[in-house]
Amino acid sequence: MRDKKAIMIFVLPAFIVYCLIVLLPILISTYYSLLDWNGISQGTFIGIQNYIKLFTGDPIFIKSLWNSILLAVLSVFIQLPISLILALVLASKVKGSRFYRTVYFIPVVMSTVVIGQLWMKIYHPSFGLLNDVLGSLGLDAWKREWLGSESTALGAAFVPIVWQYIGYHMLLMFASAKSIPDDIYEAARIDGATGLKSALHITIPLIKPMLQVSVIFAVIGSLKTFDFIYVLTNGGPVHASEVPSTWMFNNIFNQYLYGYGSAMAIMIILECLLFTVIIQKMFKTEQITY
Amino acid sequence: MRSTPGSVYKKSLTQLGLIAVAAVQLFPIVWLLLFSLKDNSEIFSGNIIGLPKVWRWENYSQVFANGKLGLYLFNSIVVTFVTIALTSIFAAMASYAISRMRWKLSKLMLTIFLLGLMIPIHASLLPVFLILKNLSLLNTHLALILPYTAFGLSLAIFVLANFFDTVPKDLEESAFIDGSGIYRTFLKIMLPLVQPAIATVAIFTYLSSWNELMFAITFINKEEIKTLTVGIMSMVGQYSTAWGPIGAGLFIATLPTILIYVLLNTQVEKSLTAGAVKG
Repeated sequence: MRDKKAIMIFVLPAFIVYCLIVLLPILISTYYSLLDWNGISQGTFIGIQNYIKLFTGDPIFIKSLWNSILLAVLSVFIQLPISLILALVLASKVKGSRFYRTVYFIPVVMSTVVIGQLWMKIYHPSFGLLNDVLGSLGLDAWKREWLGSESTALGAAFVPIVWQYIGYHMLLMFASAKSIPDDIYEAARIDGATGLKSALHITIPLIKPMLQVSVIFAVIGSLKTFDFIYVLTNGGPVHASEVPSTWMFNNIFNQYLYGYGSAMAIMIILECLLFTVIIQKMFKTEQITY
Repeated sequence: MRSTPGSVYKKSLTQLGLIAVAAVQLFPIVWLLLFSLKDNSEIFSGNIIGLPKVWRWENYSQVFANGKLGLYLFNSIVVTFVTIALTSIFAAMASYAISRMRWKLSKLMLTIFLLGLMIPIHASLLPVFLILKNLSLLNTHLALILPYTAFGLSLAIFVLANFFDTVPKDLEESAFIDGSGIYRTFLKIMLPLVQPAIATVAIFTYLSSWNELMFAITFINKEEIKTLTVGIMSMVGQYSTAWGPIGAGLFIATLPTILIYVLLNTQVEKSLTAGAVKG
């Protein structure tokens, strides 16, 4: 089939919507990021001044960057290991595997706004679940205004973020572990590798491609995280829990720094691309050692 | 299987661990249901975790009667439904042309669409906001439908193009021989064949539009158009101290998703992991 007109008719609707809303705006944002512009007056072209300011004149942005990197580290070293253990256990023919998978996955499909509101109630200083439980355990000294104090806000906001996607990564790893043919396990069992041994020496190396996907998703997701922070603390108190997305949002829509905020948006994208490449490289070099 | 005392012990320990994790994952939603049925005096007098003493179903009727929950629900349904329809049909058409028709740029076109899998919505937030503003589309359903559709297309085309590749060519060819035109063949023969892939697309489109926050808070601030995610945020402001009705609102906002998941869990899991398969 080479009907040119038909091809156009089939491709154009998707292509137009996609170009106008996904591709073109990246170019527009890049252009905005080179302007000093408040959205009302005419913008002035200032080259890479906005980018220089990001790294030399904006301690809050730097802090938000570190916060998001901390979240990425927590996701990779706390969330993913939990997911991996669950996936390995569920893939090893345990009773009720189907049921547990379904239950563990439920937080993934729920809206972050709903989960966020729910955790606000958990953290509520006077009637929240957490302080209530601490009180009934006699640990009154541990009670905090979890989201309201600078020392705990970041950690408290990260807990639900890490919690929500445990089930997602578990499922990716589970599906990957299940796709390993049974005879490989069988051969390993004959050689004396069962349980932990077979998990360490067979399953984990064989699901490495999926682990790479999980690490990338976890890191990228952390770097661009927005919803939970917006709902729980909106970056506060005093920017203690600021992440790049909330700070970008604040700069654009509260302070009307359209040019500067756009520079942040572009930085977030570049950061995501950079980390994707780094992670891919890390997994490659590691694979050679095998 | 051998069942030495050791392995039985190990097995029950595993089950215990799995149940503990299940409790952690389920607890928040169960707790939500419980406090949505209490009133403040009960919660504030100390019954934070336990079963309600009086089951106050009136909290639910109250958020529908006084709050605007019904309106938000309606808006979410309209936006989500139209987004699913547009994404599915646009993606199916484009995928059909990319996978089945012969033209020079088809590979490039696919690559361009797949690029979108890597692009976060952050960079388009301000430009799309300004475009919508200039077109006077802010505070309309379309302000959400168009971006949701655009950002759903990449994954949808990825899934559908792969699926079209697996459909044998005979059916289509015999339809052409019978004199059926290309549009008729697409509608009557190909679309029904790719229904499983469309189901996958519909589910992840549902979840991403139903739960989306950043676009929704930016493009909508008029009560009449607010979807559930934005609506809940303003509802929390309105009932800031009444936990019961807030809980009821949160629970209603989540119920459709939970129902869909419980009914179609394999399908939902497949949808949500579709993007990871390629890696």
